[in-house]
Amino acid sequence: MAWFNRRSKPPISAKESKKVQVPEGVWTKCKNCDEIIYSKEIERNLNVCPKCDYHFRISARNRISLVLDEGSFVEMDAGMESVDFLEFKDSKKYKDRIKTAVAKANGGDAIVCGEGTIEGLPVVVGVFDFGFMGGSMGSVVGEKITRAIERGHEMKKPVLIFSSSGGARMQESILSLMQMAKSSAALAKLKAAGIPFLSILTDPTTGGVTASFAMLGDLNIAEPKALIGFAGPRVIEQTIRQKLPEGFQRSEYLLEHGMVDMIVRRPEMKARLSQILHILTKS
Amino acid sequence: MRSYLDFERPLADLEQKLHELREYSTDSVDFSGEIKKLEKKATKLREEIFSNLTRWQRTQLARHPERPHTLDYIEKVFTDWFELHGDRNFRDDPALVCGFARLDGEPVAIIGHQKGRDTKAKVHRNFGMPNPEGYRKALRVMQMAEQFDIPVFTFVDTPGAYPGIGAEERGQAEAIARNLREMAALTVPVIVTITGEGGSGGALAIAVGNKVLMMQYSVYSVISPEGCTAILWSDGTRGPEAAEALKLTAADINELKFVIDEVIPEPAGGAHNDPAAAAEMIKAVLKNQLAELQKLTKDELVEQRYQKFRAMSMVEE
Ligand SMILES: [Zn+2]
Repeated sequence: MAWFNRRSKPPISAKESKKVQVPEGVWTKCKNCDEIIYSKEIERNLNVCPKCDYHFRISARNRISLVLDEGSFVEMDAGMESVDFLEFKDSKKYKDRIKTAVAKANGGDAIVCGEGTIEGLPVVVGVFDFGFMGGSMGSVVGEKITRAIERGHEMKKPVLIFSSSGGARMQESILSLMQMAKSSAALAKLKAAGIPFLSILTDPTTGGVTASFAMLGDLNIAEPKALIGFAGPRVIEQTIRQKLPEGFQRSEYLLEHGMVDMIVRRPEMKARLSQILHILTKS
Repeated sequence: MRSYLDFERPLADLEQKLHELREYSTDSVDFSGEIKKLEKKATKLREEIFSNLTRWQRTQLARHPERPHTLDYIEKVFTDWFELHGDRNFRDDPALVCGFARLDGEPVAIIGHQKGRDTKAKVHRNFGMPNPEGYRKALRVMQMAEQFDIPVFTFVDTPGAYPGIGAEERGQAEAIARNLREMAALTVPVIVTITGEGGSGGALAIAVGNKVLMMQYSVYSVISPEGCTAILWSDGTRGPEAAEALKLTAADINELKFVIDEVIPEPAGGAHNDPAAAAEMIKAVLKNQLAELQKLTKDELVEQRYQKFRAMSMVEE
C-alpha cells in the first residue's frame, strides 16, 4: 500500500501539475497486473485494462449504456427500496447500511432493471451494481429480478441478467435465501414458454446468486477472468486446508469445466449478444 | 453414554440416577416412589431449561449429536423403504439419501440430508454436506416420482452444500440452481420438513415445496451464525450474537407468516429425548398436509407452489 501511494502520484510531471488540479483517481492501479494507468485511458477502453485485459467492475448504468441501444432503456421498479424488517444489527445497523448505500447510489438497490433494445431487438435486462452493498441479493433484488423475468414472459421478450454479486444479503436472513427459489421458479415458467434467458456473469459472481438464476442461463456467458463460484475461495481454503489451484473459479477455469458456454470481452459483448438473441428468436 | 449440551448438563445427573434406579429395581426391591419423585424433578427442570432457550442454544439443539437424522425418521414414520443410489453421472453421494417408501400404505418418494452418528459415519456422510452429485441424484429421484405420480417428502438437515474444489469443478452452484428451478415445476405434491439444520442454499436445493414445515428446534438461515460473524464482525467466535441477529429459529420464521406453514412440536427436551414420539408427531402432520395437497390438480400444485414463493419478499415502493 505504501508503495502504491508513493508511485501513484509522481507520474504527473511538475509542469502539468501546476497547470491542472490533479483530482483523485487520475491514475488507477490495475488489480490484476499492478500497472499504473491513466484512468481516462481505462475508461476509453470500456473499463478494461489496456495492458492485461482485466475487466474492471462497472456500474449498472455504465453497463446498460454499453449493451443497450442508445436511448432505448426504460427503467422498471426504480423506486423499490429495502426494508429492515428483522431490525438486523451487526457492527452496524442494517437500516443505516441501507441509508448510506441509497445516498451513495442516489436511490434504488443492488440491481437496475428495465426494458430496451439490442440492435433493435426488444429485451428485458437486469444489471447488478456491485457498488451497492456488494451487489447482495435481498428482497428488493429478488423481487426486481422476478418481475423482470415475468415481464419477459408476458411480453415474450428475451431476458438478460448481468450478475455481479457476493451472494445473498445476510441482513435479510431467511428472506434473502428465498429470493433464490423465487427467481428460479420464475425462470421455470420462462423456459416452459420458450423464451431465451441469457446469464452474463461478471466479476465477481458468487454464493446465492450463482446458485440460482445466474447459473440457469440458456447460455451462461462470462466476462474474462471473472471470479465465479458457489463458495468463496477463502471458505474453501479454510475447509480443505489446501492451496487452491491456479486460476480456480475464474471464467477460463469454468469454461474448461463446462460451466459456462463462452467468454466474451466487454468490447464485443453487445454484438455477440445481438447475434445470439437474433438466432434464438429466429429474427 | 448419552451426550449433553452445556445447558442440558443439569439434567445429566438426574437422568443418570433415574437410569440406575430403574436398572436396580426388581420385584423385591421397590424404588418406584423414589423414581416418581426424581421423574417429577427432571420434568420440571427440563421445562425450566427449555422454556428459556436462546437462539444460539436452539441452534445447538438443531445440531445435537443425538438428534434423529433422516434415516431414523424414515424407519419410524414410513414402511417399505428402499434406497436408490447415484446421479448416473459421477457417483453416489452418501450425504443425501433418496428412495421410495409408503406412508400409511400410500407410495411416497423420500429425499433427505443424512449425517453420521460416529466419527466414521460422519466422515462417510461428509457431515451432511452434499456435493453436486447429491443434488443431481435428488433431482433424478424427484422427477422419477413425478413420472409415476408419487408425492415427494424431503427432510432437510445440513450445515450447507460442501465447499470443496471438486464440488466447484462439478458445478455445485449449477446443481443447486437447477433443483430450485425444476422443483418449482414438479406436478406432484412436495412436502418439506426442516428437521435440524437448514443451512442456506444447500438446504433450499431440496426445499422448494408446496408445504414447508419446521420442527420446533430446527433452524433455517441464509448463512450459519459462525459464517455470518466471520463476515460481518470479522470474528468467527460471535455465533451467539449472529444467531440472535439472524432470527433463524422455527418460532422466528413462523412469525414472518409466509415462509413456513407449520411448526411441528417436539417432545419435552427435544426430539433426541424421545425419537419415537418425535416421529409420531411428524407422521401426524405429514399425513394431514398430504391429504390437503391431494385435493389439488397438477396445475394447481405447480401454481400454489409458485405463488407461495412468489409472495416471499418485504420491500418498500
Ligand atoms: Zn492490467
